[in-house]
Amino acid sequence: MNMIEVKGLRVVAGTAPDPVVEIVKGVDFTVKKGEVLALIGESGSGKTTIALSLLGHARGGCSIAGGAVKIGGVDVLSLDEKGRRALRARTVAYVAQSASAGFNPARTILDQVTEPALLHKLMTPAAARAKAVDLFRALALPAPETIGARYPHQVSGGQLQRLMAAMALITDPAVVVFDEPTTALDVTTQIEVLAAFKRVVRELGTTAVYVSHDLAVVAQMADRIVVLNGGTVRENGATAQVLDTPADEYTQQLLAATRRPDPELASSVAGDQPPLLEIRNLSAGYGRIDARGVPAVRVLDDVSLKIARGSTLGVIGESGSGKTTLARVVAGLVDRAHGQVLLDGKPLPAKLSERTLDQYRRVQIVFQNADTALNPSRTIADILARPMNFYHGLRGAAAHKRMLELLDLVKLPASVATRQPGGLSGGQKQRVNLARALAANPALILCDEVTSALDTVVGAAILDLLGELRRELGVSYMFISHDISTVRAICDEVIVLYAGQCVEAGQRDALSAPPYHPYTGLLIDSVPALRPGWLDSRRALTAGALPAMGPAADSQELCSFRARCTARIDGKCNVTPPSMKKLPSGAEIRCHHTAAELIRMQTADTVAA
Amino acid sequence: MNRPATSHATTVLYGVPEEGGKPCADAVQDAPVEMQAATRGPLRRFVKRSSVLGLIGLAIVVFWLGVAFIGPLVAPYKGGAVTSTEIFGLYSAAHPLGTDYLGRDMLSRVLFGTQYTVGLALAATLLASCVGTFFGLVAAVSGRWFDEILCRLFDALISIPSKVLALVVIAAFGSSVPMLIMVAALAYIPGAFRISRSLAVNLMTLEYVQVAKARGEGLFYIARVEVLPNMIHPMLADFGLRFVFIVLLLSGLSFLGLGVQPPNADWGSLVRENIGGLAEGAPAVLMPAVAIATLTIGVNLLIDSLHRHGARAHGGAQ
Repeated sequence: MNMIEVKGLRVVAGTAPDPVVEIVKGVDFTVKKGEVLALIGESGSGKTTIALSLLGHARGGCSIAGGAVKIGGVDVLSLDEKGRRALRARTVAYVAQSASAGFNPARTILDQVTEPALLHKLMTPAAARAKAVDLFRALALPAPETIGARYPHQVSGGQLQRLMAAMALITDPAVVVFDEPTTALDVTTQIEVLAAFKRVVRELGTTAVYVSHDLAVVAQMADRIVVLNGGTVRENGATAQVLDTPADEYTQQLLAATRRPDPELASSVAGDQPPLLEIRNLSAGYGRIDARGVPAVRVLDDVSLKIARGSTLGVIGESGSGKTTLARVVAGLVDRAHGQVLLDGKPLPAKLSERTLDQYRRVQIVFQNADTALNPSRTIADILARPMNFYHGLRGAAAHKRMLELLDLVKLPASVATRQPGGLSGGQKQRVNLARALAANPALILCDEVTSALDTVVGAAILDLLGELRRELGVSYMFISHDISTVRAICDEVIVLYAGQCVEAGQRDALSAPPYHPYTGLLIDSVPALRPGWLDSRRALTAGALPAMGPAADSQELCSFRARCTARIDGKCNVTPPSMKKLPSGAEIRCHHTAAELIRMQTADTVAA
Repeated sequence: MNRPATSHATTVLYGVPEEGGKPCADAVQDAPVEMQAATRGPLRRFVKRSSVLGLIGLAIVVFWLGVAFIGPLVAPYKGGAVTSTEIFGLYSAAHPLGTDYLGRDMLSRVLFGTQYTVGLALAATLLASCVGTFFGLVAAVSGRWFDEILCRLFDALISIPSKVLALVVIAAFGSSVPMLIMVAALAYIPGAFRISRSLAVNLMTLEYVQVAKARGEGLFYIARVEVLPNMIHPMLADFGLRFVFIVLLLSGLSFLGLGVQPPNADWGSLVRENIGGLAEGAPAVLMPAVAIATLTIGVNLLIDSLHRHGARAHGGAQ
């Protein structure tokens, strides 16, 4: 029996006589009862618009122009306002992308989770509370009995996302729409949330529509995949078929962008030239600086690294690990508490005002969010002309020529020069962002999550561009990312940060096989593989509890990962600070375990998987 | 006040155009839409975009500005001339707006008064907004200590009620046009400072400003190129608001007899002079009051629509 039937759905933006843009151009699909359907596509493909139309809703400025949406035999589009309200009460529920924006910060979580049931008078308050606690337990939330009494800011992002799902599920809806629920989360958190969603959906037998741009995530969740592009269905098939034998050209492109081959390592420059950038025992943070020179909030703790000329260093870590602060310290935007930064073997002053023009020029920073990294009131030509004029004194025709070269280098047409950033797409803005850094002729570009905000295909194009620029211009990158596969695709060397400590540093290949630091292991295992069933096999092996550990000794130097480490040793990890240890692969890790122990533990995992 | 709802310093306003869907669709895009917009005149564009109310506001403001310039030329009588024996006369052919308490033509009085009200207020507002914006920018881009000192100084100013300050200053130094401008500007500088500072502080945290800092740019460049153009729209809206407040302040001062001195009169003085006619509903007291009301409403309508533009203009060429 078909739970959801969508036929010829058309959604348009704008109303006549204004120009009307078709966002969804006649989409058909069906979902059987208890099935999970994934809608996958890039931004602008209409996936969220379709998902919302299942609730009979169109966003402001848009309207549903035609077609039929039937849920459990009821035609949603023909319902009046009251009917749709009833539909959203019982039949269809929605889990939005940003849970932190979906919760009211002034009310407790339990109040908000039980609200749908109470609002529609479906349960008594006591029953709703009991049901909510059951859902918290099913979603593997910590302290299910009491978590409801907290306020939204008192739980983590991943927990909030699960609480949002609890809010959607409290009325026992027949259909749940998940709209990119894990996109904003760290890989390690994403896995937990996905696992919780999957279990709940399976246990309750709910029909679900899962919207995502990430094929690997979808592979874990969905029974069927609908691939969307530009408002039309490109491919509709069972998960295994879409992943293994994609029929459509666009699906093949998506898959190719996800499965990227590893590039060759840059030939390391021989000789005893000093490395381009060297950081020694760097500590930094924010807030008031105490008598010992330590800031109130410590973000980076004793980090050392080297970047050779023409090579790329990847910096990996979860949010809050201090990776962005590292780039900002190098760029001079954040003061350092201890340690040295050497550029070409010469110390780089901590304060921006003490640096020379040449030092400014040689280090350029490219930020994650291209939307805010370009001044919206200037044209692209102005934005690119400034560094040329500032560093090289280029003006007039010479500057114009160089600007066209730069645009060509980042593969943008010369016509964008007269436009303002608002008239460019996300990928185009990121290219301009890069071109601005290149305009200085830098030796080192600090790339802070440059592809994270972009679609898979566009992000892959930016990565290719970065690789090409490195070959052609010989620039070095410090490439910051939370995404291991991105880092693998571009970097020669990698450091892994956890809570401001460098827990592992080594060649890229050190990430491809054990042994690695337990945290690196966790990160690597958390990257969803592009095959169905990966999540289930992985869940089985992470179900093991953390080993018990006594109270910690009072020392700043202890391993910061011990609170989450499955391999921690009582009496060691909580007492003695770990020292740097060299692994056979050449990587250095900060851990008490020996290489042999790590290999034993980590290969056992893979066999189980 | 620290966080005006008008802040456009967020990223949500940028519209990302639809992409074609081809792998490198982000690299090629057509531009004609924007080019068209650029070639149309700013006025045409304004008319096309604004609401009816905005256009009404614009018409009223343009009308009063025009009157301020050509009013004395088209006035039927000289400003101070006593032309009728009838006081508080009603509407008639000779005196379309009636006569005042001395038998002077009210239409001419209002026409002559416009330049004082509009001119004084415009000068004072320009002064207040420019000085306030300047210091706001300086406070935002310079170091913590300088910012702190400036803020406390302006806090001290803001804590003095503007009308009382004006009364004291004018009582001490006497009333003259430059003095009125100074007083009105002084009263409204702290507000402009606060708004421009909070806008600029929000903008300073944005990444393009961080990039400019890392590039080694000076504070002056950052303030002028990276920050100011992106806060100009909310500041213009604030300018409009402040203009209205200053018109009201000056009218209030004139009503108390401390504003423009006889025989010259701005609208506030006209209301005060003719307050005796209020009981009989004389046009002499109604007309200047209507003038004040229409100007305030007109400016408000106009800035409300400007405001929406400001927000939209940052969404690119949509």
